[in-house]
Order: sequence, then structure tokens, then C-alpha cells
Amino acid sequence: MRHRSLLLLTTALTAGALGLSACGSRDDKGSDNGERGGGRTTVVIGLDAPLTGDLSALGQGIKNSADLAVKNANKSNEVPGVTFRLTPLDDQAQPTSGQQNATKIAGDAKAVAIIGPLNSSVAQSMQQVAQSNTIALISPANTTPDLTQGKDWKQNHRKRQFTTYFRTSTTDEVQGAFGGTYAHEQIKAKTAYVIDDQKTYGVGLASSFSATFTSLGGKIVGTEHVNPEDRDFKAIVSKAKSTHPDLVFYGGEYPASAPLSQQLKESGVTVPLMGGDGMYSADYITLNKKSAGDYATSVGKPVEQLDSAKKFIADYKAAGYKDRYEAYGGSTYDATWAVVQAVKAVTAENGGKLPDDARAKVVQALNKVSFPGVTGPVSFDQYGDTTNTMITAYQVEGTAWKARYSAAYKR
Amino acid sequence: MHELPQQLANGLILGAMYGLIAIGYTMVYGIVQLINFAHGEIFMVGGFGALTAHLALPDGTALALALPLMIAGGVLASVTVAVAAERFAYRPLRGAPRLAPLITAIGLSIALQQAVWKWYPDAKKARVFPQFKGESLHLLGATVQRGEIFLLAAAPLCMLALGLFVTRTRTGRGMQATAQDPDTARLMGVNTDRIIVIAFAIGAAFAAVAAVAHGLKYGQVDFRMGFITGLKAFTAAVLGGIGNIYGAMLGGVVLGVAEALATAYIEDIPGMSQFGGGSWKDVWAFVLLILVLLLRPQGLLGERVADRA
Repeated sequence: MRHRSLLLLTTALTAGALGLSACGSRDDKGSDNGERGGGRTTVVIGLDAPLTGDLSALGQGIKNSADLAVKNANKSNEVPGVTFRLTPLDDQAQPTSGQQNATKIAGDAKAVAIIGPLNSSVAQSMQQVAQSNTIALISPANTTPDLTQGKDWKQNHRKRQFTTYFRTSTTDEVQGAFGGTYAHEQIKAKTAYVIDDQKTYGVGLASSFSATFTSLGGKIVGTEHVNPEDRDFKAIVSKAKSTHPDLVFYGGEYPASAPLSQQLKESGVTVPLMGGDGMYSADYITLNKKSAGDYATSVGKPVEQLDSAKKFIADYKAAGYKDRYEAYGGSTYDATWAVVQAVKAVTAENGGKLPDDARAKVVQALNKVSFPGVTGPVSFDQYGDTTNTMITAYQVEGTAWKARYSAAYKR
Repeated sequence: MHELPQQLANGLILGAMYGLIAIGYTMVYGIVQLINFAHGEIFMVGGFGALTAHLALPDGTALALALPLMIAGGVLASVTVAVAAERFAYRPLRGAPRLAPLITAIGLSIALQQAVWKWYPDAKKARVFPQFKGESLHLLGATVQRGEIFLLAAAPLCMLALGLFVTRTRTGRGMQATAQDPDTARLMGVNTDRIIVIAFAIGAAFAAVAAVAHGLKYGQVDFRMGFITGLKAFTAAVLGGIGNIYGAMLGGVVLGVAEALATAYIEDIPGMSQFGGGSWKDVWAFVLLILVLLLRPQGLLGERVADRA
């Protein structure tokens, strides 16, 4: 009897744990906008982002912004006869979950496109699935150049990798170069200590920063690599301290960079920490009491400063979402709206009805999409990258990020 | 080499935290030969217990005043979970093959993580933990953060208290007797069930103290923090000689110092530059563990005992 009760207990616990994690992914069923019937076609737009876990602040902003775009499209009847529905799935920033989600969305016959993911490492696992199912994958946040241009982009051998992959955010080549230039010319740093988190995004950003910073005459006084799950950076901080840098650069995301920055300052390294868009989150400031003076670059102009974004901000507020739109709200809205526009073009061509091979047609239409978006003009180049290369540098002032400088970068 | 005092301090502080958690692994193993893999989560629950206590206090309470209550809250949460785990998950398995409680421990670990993730408010991402205000202190050529002073004071005090408890009290001697031979101890009138519960409770209380220290040090607690830290603490317990309480603390400190020194100095060895730095520190820590186990299979302070299984 004892053994049986043990078995029951173990089973119950394991099942409970599994059940709970499953609950997580079922957490948000998205906004069902109601299929009004009467000959209307429902088109599903899938979404993959980290809705829970460390990066959920960014992920929730992505989900809400896509939801807003879908609601606006339905409300204004943007595509006559078509009702859009968003299916958001949680990847917890894990490549394996991202791949499963992509497969799941591709299995839905009504789905024409996937918005997401947040992480470049997750995108790598989703691209092939999207390609083999001829379904468009549009990321509002991936910045690794390899995703669109292949691994030899540094030697200028650029080649489009996946015809179904697009993104509305600029690449790390642009962002890192902007960061390197900004650090050297505006922060006036002569030396930098560079740390990355060994993830696709972090390594790419850090190497692009280093290349530009040194080409301008700056000196990299040391490099380090950390594990993204680490929260104790004391040993690395002590090493950095002995090199007396003017600036510490971190290629990675805010869950690790917040404690890193705090430990730097507590150990007497009083220079600012600089990072990319993975660090540009309000949570970076709440998790780090010594964040004042730190820098982050992020793609696009500050949404608050753009006339084109006023409506987005007002709508977002009016919709009453619990979480902020964060770094990728604008680019997500644009990515979702690009899908809406592609569907519009495809249905118009087909006499007002969605064609049978809608997915392939939508992919083709996306290459030709062009409209004024939240973050500026939206269109894609021959690699699937956005043609908008605007980057902004932000600095922590008090308890908020303040925009310091924006510029477009030319390749 | 001028950063050596700082690196030793970094390692010592990190190691003291590993050591406090390792006590829980080692005490439970010493008495029931169970590797309680859910102990990392008991540590995590302690952190959330302390955070809850802090949130329950009126805003603006000085942290120095709140700290005893936070420790009490953390200890209460950890001990409750550990004692419940012992009673409902491990005790029914006392006579079962060794694998059964081990798998149960892993299941329990996942269940506890997911329970906090699901039901603790806003715990789906890291939650901010209060920290001491003010600049860091300079001691003997090293910079020490204010929150770390707590750890440096708490670890030796806890060890002293535990040492006295085990050697000087009736229950402590009963504990030693149960560890040596549970059947004979029972025949001599020792209530072994009670002893086992106390071992779980002490381990959990120490883990809660470590969790408060973790929160003060890093300014955040999250539902996954017990996994990696728990694994490291388990390593520390094995390194020091599992079953030996002083070994657990020594193993923790050795592991912490090894990690800090590996991060700082391995790359200075000619020809080893690509094997150094933060990304390789865990590799070197485990190389050390393997070397110690090859030369002294019983661990640094462990005694060679016949397997009782």
C-alpha cells in the first residue's frame, strides 16, 4: 500500500508540474475578435514571443502591440471581408519552444503569417519551419545579421537565407556600429571592456561594437563571456576594474545586465555600462538600483518622439493593457500591419477573396509592402531586412530611459 | 596579481552562500542517505518567504529593522515546505529502493518551481528584493557590498550554532546516533522519525538564511534561482565530504574561491587563454571536483564508511 501511495504521489506531482507548465502556455488565448459570419473569412496571424520568464516584459509588449494592430484592422475593416485573429504562443525564450510553436501555427490552415520571435537564437530554430511551410515569419526584434544575410555578411558576401523571413528591426551590424560610434564620439570613451552572454544576439552585438570602436581609434582593454543565467559577476567585475576602462559594453539582455551593472558600481567601477536593445527595458531600471548613467541603444526613433506613433501610443493607452509596450511595441505594430497590408493586396488581386495559396502570395506581397508605419516608413530590402536603419541611444536618468541621440546608419 | 584580495573575497562570499545551502544536502544525506534534489527549491521558497515578509511590513521600514522579520518569514516558508515534503513525499518511501525518493525529489523540485511561477504574484519574472542603501565598504584591500556583510556574519554564526547543537544537545547526539546506525539508535530509544524531520528543518532554515543573503546581494529573487545554485551547493557538499557539516561549508568556500580564481587567472597561464574567463569557470570547478574525488573519494572532510545500503 505504501508503495502505491508513493507512486500516486509522484505521478500526481509530476502531472501537476506538467499541467502547470501547460497552463502557462495556454495562459492567453489572445483576443478573439468574433467571427461575424456572413461570408467573412477569418485569417489567423500567429505570434511567438516570451510571454513568461525573464524576458516577459518585452514579450508582453510585443503581444499587446500585435493585438492592437489586429483590433484596429478589424475595427476599420482594413481588408473588406476578412477578419483577423491573433494566436499568441509563449516560447519562454527557448529555441525548442519556438520551433514547436512555429509548427503548431503552420498547422493551422487559416494562418498566413507568424509575428515574432524576440530572440535571434529562437528565430534560428523557427526559420526552417516557416520556410518549409511557406509561411511568412516577421520578427519585430531579431537583430542578428546572419538571420537574413548569411554568416559571411562580414566579408560582404551577403545572400538571402530564407525567402519567408522578414524583420522590422535593424540588424546588429547597424546597431553595434552605431553604439561603437556613439561611445567613441559622444561619450568620448577611449577604452572599453566588452562582455557578452554567448548567445547569438549578444556575441553579434558585442563583436560589431568592438569592430567599430577599434576602427575609430578606441581600445578594447579586455573581453569576457558570461552565462546568461549567471547573477554573480563579481569575479569578472574585479577583472574589469583592474583594466580601468572608460566604458563597459555588454552584449546581452537585461536579466543579466541589471545585476552586472549593479555589481560593477558596487565594486567601484563607476563608468557607465552600455548595451543594445536587449537592455532597453524599464525592468532594467527596477532590477538595478545603480542604473543611473547607463546607456542602451535601440532600433528606430523613440516612439514617443514620432508623429506617426502618436496614434499608436494613444490607442495603446486606451486599450488598457497591463504591461508597457516596451522596446518593440512600435516595430511589432508595424510587422503586424505589414501582414494586414499584404493580405489586403493579395485579396484585392484575387477579386476580393482570399486565394487558396494565400501563404505564398502573402510572402510575395510582403516584399512589395510599403506604408508609413509607427516607427517610420516600412518596407523590406532584398534580404528581408527593414529599409529603416534608424537607431537611438538612450541613457538612464532618474528612473527612466531618456533618448539622447538618433541617427540613420548607411552600410 | 593586485586583484587577488578582491577575488578571494568574491570567492569566499559566494562560497559561504553555497556552504549554507550545502548544509541541507549534507545533513539529510548523512541521516537518511537521500539526495534531496528539491533543496534548491526550498532555498528559492525561502527567498520568496522573506520577500513576502518585507512586503507585509509598512513601506519605508528600515531594512535593518525588517531583516529579522524577513529571515523569520523565509525560515518559516522553507521549513514548512521541507517538513511537508519529508512527511508526504519522502517518509512513505523510507523503505523503497533508492531511486524512488530520488525521482520524487526531482518531481518535487519541478512542482515547487511551477507552483511559485503560477501562484506567487508577479513571479513570472524576477522580483525586486530590498537591498541596503549606501556605498560599499573597503576591507583588507577588497571592496565588499553592504548586503554581503550579512552573509559574512550569518555563515559563521550558523555554523557555530549548528556545531554546538549537534555535539552538546540531546537531540544533536540523537542525530549523530541515527546517522551512525538508525536501527540501533531506535532500539536505544531515539525517535528517529523526529530526528529526520529536524534534519530537514535545520537544512531548510539554513537555506532560507542563504536565500535572504542571495536577495540582499543580487537585489532580485526569481522562481528558477534554486536550480543552478542548488546544483552548485550539492557539488560543494560532495566536495567537502557529504554527510559532514563542516565539510559542506569548507566545500562551499573551496568551490566559490575556485570559481573566482578560475575566472581571473586561468587565462594568464600560457597557452590557456581560451579556457579562461567567466564562461569556463564552471568547467574548472567541476574539474576540481573530479580531481578531489579521484584522490579522496570520500571528499575533503568525509570519513571512509562502509556503504550501509
